[in-house]
Amino acid sequence: MLIAATLAILVVMIMATIRAFVGPTLYDRVLAVNMFGTKTVLLISLLGFVMGRPEFLDIAIVYALINFISVIGVLRYSDHFILKDRGEQKK
Amino acid sequence: MAIAFAIVRMKDLLAIAMLLGIYGLLSASFFVAMDAVDVAFTEASVGAGISTLLMLLAISMTGRSEHPSRHKPLLALAVVIVTGSLLIYGTLDMPYFGSAEAPIHQHVAPRYINDSMQEVGMPNIVTSVLASYRAFDTFGEVVVIFTAGMGVLALLSVVGRPEDASKIDSFNNSMHEQHLILRIVTKMLIPFILLFAFYVQFHGDFGPGGGFQAGVIFASAIFLYTMLFGMSTARRVINRSFIEILAASGVLLYGSVGVVSLLNGKKFLDYSVLASDPVAGQHLGILLIELGVGITVASVMVIIFFNFADRRGFTQSKESKDT
Amino acid sequence: MDTLLQVSSGLLLLIGSFLCLSGGVGILRFPDFYTRMHAVGVTDTLATAMILFGLILLNSDFMVDVKLVIILLMTLFISPTASHALANAAMHNDLAKQKDNKSNSEVKPSNP
Repeated sequence: MLIAATLAILVVMIMATIRAFVGPTLYDRVLAVNMFGTKTVLLISLLGFVMGRPEFLDIAIVYALINFISVIGVLRYSDHFILKDRGEQKK
Repeated sequence: MAIAFAIVRMKDLLAIAMLLGIYGLLSASFFVAMDAVDVAFTEASVGAGISTLLMLLAISMTGRSEHPSRHKPLLALAVVIVTGSLLIYGTLDMPYFGSAEAPIHQHVAPRYINDSMQEVGMPNIVTSVLASYRAFDTFGEVVVIFTAGMGVLALLSVVGRPEDASKIDSFNNSMHEQHLILRIVTKMLIPFILLFAFYVQFHGDFGPGGGFQAGVIFASAIFLYTMLFGMSTARRVINRSFIEILAASGVLLYGSVGVVSLLNGKKFLDYSVLASDPVAGQHLGILLIELGVGITVASVMVIIFFNFADRRGFTQSKESKDT
Repeated sequence: MDTLLQVSSGLLLLIGSFLCLSGGVGILRFPDFYTRMHAVGVTDTLATAMILFGLILLNSDFMVDVKLVIILLMTLFISPTASHALANAAMHNDLAKQKDNKSNSEVKPSNP
């Protein structure tokens, strides 16, 4: 059962990666990365149980936090620079 | 590998930052699958989170698209292909991944694995190797991190003008309604993140963790606060000179542990003289140097982030914000 | 008792993976950003909760239970907040909504 759940989550991660490639706007990609992050948390917890090493859960906690901070970071970035394309250098 | 290919080919730098985040998460998953817990920990905290943030800051300062390259770098491609194939040919001769006769498993590793428990007394062999057997290397790493922070300071440091207290407060209030939910949730999360950083720091003896990871997690809590509450408020919370003194004191702590063992008649960074019982001395020594590593890593990351973000605010104040 | 735990944990894991998969299909097939966000935001948190509950039922060590509960609480906090922040930022930056061709766009509010 655990192995089936792990495989399912791997499939979903591949789906999220496809969306990260294709997604036309920035927000699609941010959404895909966020989903990838939460699925990684689940994947690590499941892998920890499958391989019998419960220390992986610390890594899962770190991932959840880092995922959150990255999403917030991207949003703050797009807050200040409202998606304008800046080809030229700022002084 | 498909992700690496896409990263190289795409021109939109922002999308590349996203894909780099996924790449970091994927490689950390690989490390987990290979049962290397500490490495996965470090890769998670540094590669997946902080690198994305710093890259975003750099992009925000330069530009969003890559300039089209003027020439096709064929010569460089040829050199890379030749070197790569030579390297691959060289690795064909090496023993298989993880086989028992590989030289790396023969000479030093058995001694670490067998004797680490008696000599150091800690279940986590990675920490004992990092902090006791190879403590001098770790000292070099800490000094390198410190130097990187100093380099960033030397290159990017902008002397700030004294801000009006009223301007800061009005800016805070205007941002408040827009990010209300985020601010409230962050205020509840940040103490937990700091506590978790301390847990990882001191739990490094028994589980994955240690100074490097704990420092990064600590710094990321401060990043979160800075991003949502504004640069000036964060500057008031963490004074500039305070953080620089903190960075230096981490390295100082590490070095002084070594010097103390020198003064006690043994070699540099030999911990057995720090207490009456050698194993207890090892524990104490490892605790202290991990603390030094954690302090330095946290403060250097905060220094780098503040200088990057300050620079951006400096150039940004010349445009108009229509929020 | 033991088999009851195993069966219920297996059931929870099954529900969780099904939710996860449907979220993944949703993120690929939905036409617009806002609809995709809806798929991800809802199924993500619920799938995490189901799977983590299933894992809690499976093991016996106390510290592992505590850590799992911590991950669960954190995800319950973080995931909806991140979805909110994303949607808010998209609205604020005027990300275009796709017009729906099929239903009639004249929805009159009912009289109070």
